[in-house]
Amino acid sequence: MNGYVQSLLGILLSAVLTENFILVKFYGICPFMGVSKKIDTALGMGMAVTFVMALASAACWAVNVLLVRLGLEYMQTVAFILVIASIVQVVEMFLKKSVPALYKALGIFLPLITTNCAVLGVALVNVQKGYDFLRSVVNGAAGGLGFLLAIVLFASLRERVDRSDCPECFKGFPITLIAAGLLALAFMGFSGLKIF
Amino acid sequence: MNFRKQFTEGLLTRNPVTVQLLGMCSTLAITTRLFNGLGMGLAVTVILICSNVMISALRRVIPSQIRIAAYIVIIAGFVTIVDLLLQAYLPELSESLGVFIPLIVVNCIILGRAEAFASKNGVLASAVDGLCQGIGYTAALTITCVIRELLGAGTFGGGLLNHGEGIRILPEGLAAMQFVMPVGGFLTLGFVIAGSQWLMKHRNSRKEGKQA
Repeated sequence: MNGYVQSLLGILLSAVLTENFILVKFYGICPFMGVSKKIDTALGMGMAVTFVMALASAACWAVNVLLVRLGLEYMQTVAFILVIASIVQVVEMFLKKSVPALYKALGIFLPLITTNCAVLGVALVNVQKGYDFLRSVVNGAAGGLGFLLAIVLFASLRERVDRSDCPECFKGFPITLIAAGLLALAFMGFSGLKIF
Repeated sequence: MNFRKQFTEGLLTRNPVTVQLLGMCSTLAITTRLFNGLGMGLAVTVILICSNVMISALRRVIPSQIRIAAYIVIIAGFVTIVDLLLQAYLPELSESLGVFIPLIVVNCIILGRAEAFASKNGVLASAVDGLCQGIGYTAALTITCVIRELLGAGTFGGGLLNHGEGIRILPEGLAAMQFVMPVGGFLTLGFVIAGSQWLMKHRNSRKEGKQA
């Protein structure tokens, strides 16, 4: 039992720090670049992604069990993307009805989560690594937290980068990427962290 | 047919990676050696052409309210086909690209072209568009790969030439490992995009010079 809890903790720490979903594994770069202009929108996006990733990990785990039983493993990608799209849709409708304040805060970011490769990525990685239900959910939630951490850090960096002076052809996206590179360099420091 | 225009758009002025900034995840993640870049570029080009043709052919049948869902299912189907083919015939490539092959489903280039081009144009034009955008994507990937591999491992053509070892250009001790690590991906792509912005500005100013 103790070993199991330790392995869960290991998954949590590695997904957030040592193998950060964005800065080390490169899942979900599009929203990372797209919605990191302001800290508060970055925070909203991060929280929405965390929630959807945990939910999608759970649902895709169940769907995968079904697919394996039916001998339809090759339909994995198609099935997962459909599950994720419907989860995002359901979450959107649910929030609209019951928590309208949060729904308003997240706005257009909710539907965009479908095409966030972190969500499909975590579902596929869970299957590849053969995680059980609890490990899958923890991996999903932790991956989302890693996303949240990276995007909030990066948003605060970017507010400064945008106002700085740089060569003409580096203006806009290139200098943003280079800033992200430096942030990734900082996260490389975690790779020495020993996890159980 | 303005094939020439579509070609320049795909390669430079509307390049999916350096101008439209789509499909960043795979661009950053797998560009560590030439073989990966060419393989990924080819896989995406094939899927892009197939999905563009299919979506263009079905554009009058698919109801517009559920079009995104329909596009994703079509794309996912082709991605699965390519994934299985690679596993069967190029297992080495399939292994080194890993989860990024199924992740082509959520690569915004393909959905973006479906929505912006294939849903409004004929089958042949959509096929050409898929080819041109695919070539542009492959070109951006290849350039990034070559730079990262040269600086990070000191070789050229890793996985492809010289029994997969690549041809050594820089001596062993000179290469900076960081360039094949995530950091290098961000930095190299930043410089590649800056380079393409410079090239386009240069080209425009030369054009204006000619007109004046």
